[in-house]
Amino acid sequence: MVQPRNFGFGEDEKALKEVAHAFFRDKFPTDRLHRLVASNWKQEQESECYWDRSLWQEIVELGWLTIAVPERLGGAGMSTVAVAGLIEEAGRAALPSPLISTLSACYILDACATEGADLALALVVDGKTFSFASGDRYGSWENETCDISVSDGVLNGTAWFVQEARKADYFLVKAKSELGLGLYVMPANTPGVNICADKIIDLTRDQAHIVFDNVRYDDVQVVAAPGEAVAALQSATPAMLTILSADMCGAAEWQLQTTVEYARSRVQFDRPIGFFQAVKHPLVDFMTEIDQSRALTYNAACAIDHEPEMAEQFARMAKAAATDAVGYGSRISVQLHGGIGFTWECFVHLYMKRQLHSQFILGDAAYQRAKLGALVLA
Amino acid sequence: MAKNSAGETPEQSEFRAHCREWLKKNVPAPPAFKMPATSGGILSLEQLEYARSWQLSAYNAGLIGCDYPSEYGGGGRSNCQAIANQEMRNARTPVLAGMVGLQIVAGSMCIHGSEAVKRRFLGSIFSAQELWCQGFSEPCAGSDLASLQTFAQRKGDRWIINGHKVWTSMAQFADWMLLAARTDKHEKYKGLTVFVVPVKAELDKSVTVRPLVKITGDAEFNEVRLDNLEIEDSYRVGEIGEGWNVISTTLAHERGAGFYIEPLSGGQGLQSKSQKAEKIYPLVELARNSVKNGKPVSEDPVLMDRLMKMLTRSQGIRQMRRMRSVKDLAGNPARFAMQDKVVAADYLQQMSALAMEIQGCGSTLATSDPNAPDGGRWSRSYLDSFGATIAGGTNEIQRNIIGEKILGLAKTK
Ligand SMILES: Cc1cc2nc3c(=O)[nH]c(=O)nc-3n(C[C@H](O)[C@H](O)[C@H](O)COP(=O)(O)OP(=O)(O)OC[C@H]3O[C@@H](n4cnc5c(N)ncnc54)[C@H](O)[C@@H]3O)c2cc1C
Repeated sequence: MVQPRNFGFGEDEKALKEVAHAFFRDKFPTDRLHRLVASNWKQEQESECYWDRSLWQEIVELGWLTIAVPERLGGAGMSTVAVAGLIEEAGRAALPSPLISTLSACYILDACATEGADLALALVVDGKTFSFASGDRYGSWENETCDISVSDGVLNGTAWFVQEARKADYFLVKAKSELGLGLYVMPANTPGVNICADKIIDLTRDQAHIVFDNVRYDDVQVVAAPGEAVAALQSATPAMLTILSADMCGAAEWQLQTTVEYARSRVQFDRPIGFFQAVKHPLVDFMTEIDQSRALTYNAACAIDHEPEMAEQFARMAKAAATDAVGYGSRISVQLHGGIGFTWECFVHLYMKRQLHSQFILGDAAYQRAKLGALVLA
Repeated sequence: MAKNSAGETPEQSEFRAHCREWLKKNVPAPPAFKMPATSGGILSLEQLEYARSWQLSAYNAGLIGCDYPSEYGGGGRSNCQAIANQEMRNARTPVLAGMVGLQIVAGSMCIHGSEAVKRRFLGSIFSAQELWCQGFSEPCAGSDLASLQTFAQRKGDRWIINGHKVWTSMAQFADWMLLAARTDKHEKYKGLTVFVVPVKAELDKSVTVRPLVKITGDAEFNEVRLDNLEIEDSYRVGEIGEGWNVISTTLAHERGAGFYIEPLSGGQGLQSKSQKAEKIYPLVELARNSVKNGKPVSEDPVLMDRLMKMLTRSQGIRQMRRMRSVKDLAGNPARFAMQDKVVAADYLQQMSALAMEIQGCGSTLATSDPNAPDGGRWSRSYLDSFGATIAGGTNEIQRNIIGEKILGLAKTK
């Protein structure tokens, strides 16, 4: 299959992105984010989970939560390119929300293609939020690693680095048995599911490790039978990588524009500091890196929609490029703000910390390139 | 003068023996509470008092201010601070309380201060009896420090000072501030004068200190407002209008390129002999103990290459510091001295970033999380490293200065 020249970014995609842009600009400007997550901050609050539930309710009512749920199940079933556009805007606002975690779960559930998975997707249509619980203690992103085991209808073990855990109504749990890996849908309030909040650096997210202590489940909760999970995860991986990259690109554009604005207005030596090449050139370099990452991200999204055989390669490229771009961009956004950039009051650290987190989630740049190498040379 | 096989004068060898002997018996045990790795990280009074009493006892033993003239409370020796530092490093001594005074203030005060100022202040800087802060930066004057607006108005033999300083480290504990002020509104560089002004004694009178919170969430620096603060002319350092000269000497000391070497601060509690650039060994340990994506980091060729590159750089920095002191090899010693801060700050930042990559997802965890690898120190030191690349003149400004002063390139501005 071939990709359309315009990435498949048609009228619907454009309309959604524009609405999202205006929505976040008007309803969630950065000073609101700062007030929400960083005012009256104390060390003990590193485990706090700040998010604006009423804003989230509006997002749910706009139907954005079901954007990746197939139409046959009552979702909007939009293209991955449309989702990328939406998430880019949410990333630009550094929105604390379970949007990415739920959409990621939707892609996995859709790939499972089981009755249980369809029931779970129907929950999303009802406005329920999800998070994928799969990481091992070392934060491995290999599909095969797993610290949760299942036997005799009970789950035991710990899922690490679970994103937006306290914003999720349900967990999509990866667990291993003798027959291989399976996927299980688990309400967050199930007895024996213990959510242990991590204390994290990123103030715009929450993360936890979740201890499963003899947790029972019904057959309908099995969305991928033992042995079936890896294939489902494999096919959802490109979309998961792509939407996270979209978030990083959106946040990066905020970092770029904010720093550019500062370089235009801050005067030293009788000139705006952007006059100096030590300031100007890094900003231009960051811009070119963002543009390449964005283009790679939309390319990956379009491949998922139109050229699935290339989707994983392109998605790995997108995440690798975005990870490098935001590593560089976060650094210069703080550095070029000088002393003020080193303060809590200044907004740039919120984005730097969000980007740091994103860099590691789903694997860093070297990891993506290693995976890419294996695919290309296979 | 005759030198021994280590290239030391008899004075130096004797002094080294003295330091070693004294340190053997007098390095205090680490306190029950947590101490910061550097004096800039001192947050509580108990931490401050601990660091202060260590500084006083090390000073009384002659290990602090060794190379300053004895009439001002110094040790009256020559080239001995470096020796004391080596011995303190080996003995892993605690953090010193008064590093702003020792590193930033003392050198330029000794070079530019009046007899009265030197006699009044230097001894108490060495002993930590009085603590200092540096009041240079202002909201509109950072890189372009000479554009500062804090104004000192002459009134007989007194000065009335008004202004607003920012990013003032240690002001919350300081007795005194080394203040850069404007005394002439018509001349930029020639209109500056440096003063010593009281902080603690004037708190909430003519001096207001408000904490500023850093990127890490710690309130480690401050903004300071001076409202009609009155001081005697005898508190001036250097001539009227000669402030830029004094400031330059101060900044050279702050950047490790001054005439006087500051005493070593910290190392207590570290497992290995730790020089700043040797922090690489904890990183090697981290790599040895880390697993990433299902396999030991030591088997990951990409990370290993990066780690060995970092190890080489760390050794490179150490050896540059060594070479800097060997006159016959160093050529222009300023060339080594002036790049030290840029290289060390970049190194700290990149090393911390590499550590985060080695940790992978564990890098998302804060120091307060019990599961954070290495107690979360690497993500924290990455954030903190921007203090190093910004404070004391940003790396961009340092590169301008080095390009101009060392390489003779055209001046930016
Ligand atoms: C942790 C910390 C502690 C500090 N402690 C003290 C203290 O105790 N006392 C004190 O007086 N000050 C202190 N400072 C202030 C510090 O010296 C200033 O922040 C620094 O000099 C930069 O000034 P600025 O913040 O105004 O940034 P700006 O000068 O506004 O710089 C903004 C950006 O523009 C760049 N830039 C500016 N001019 C040029 C140029 N000509 N060429 C190329 N690039 C340029 C800078 O490199 C920077 O990236 C501290 C700062 C920090 C971060």
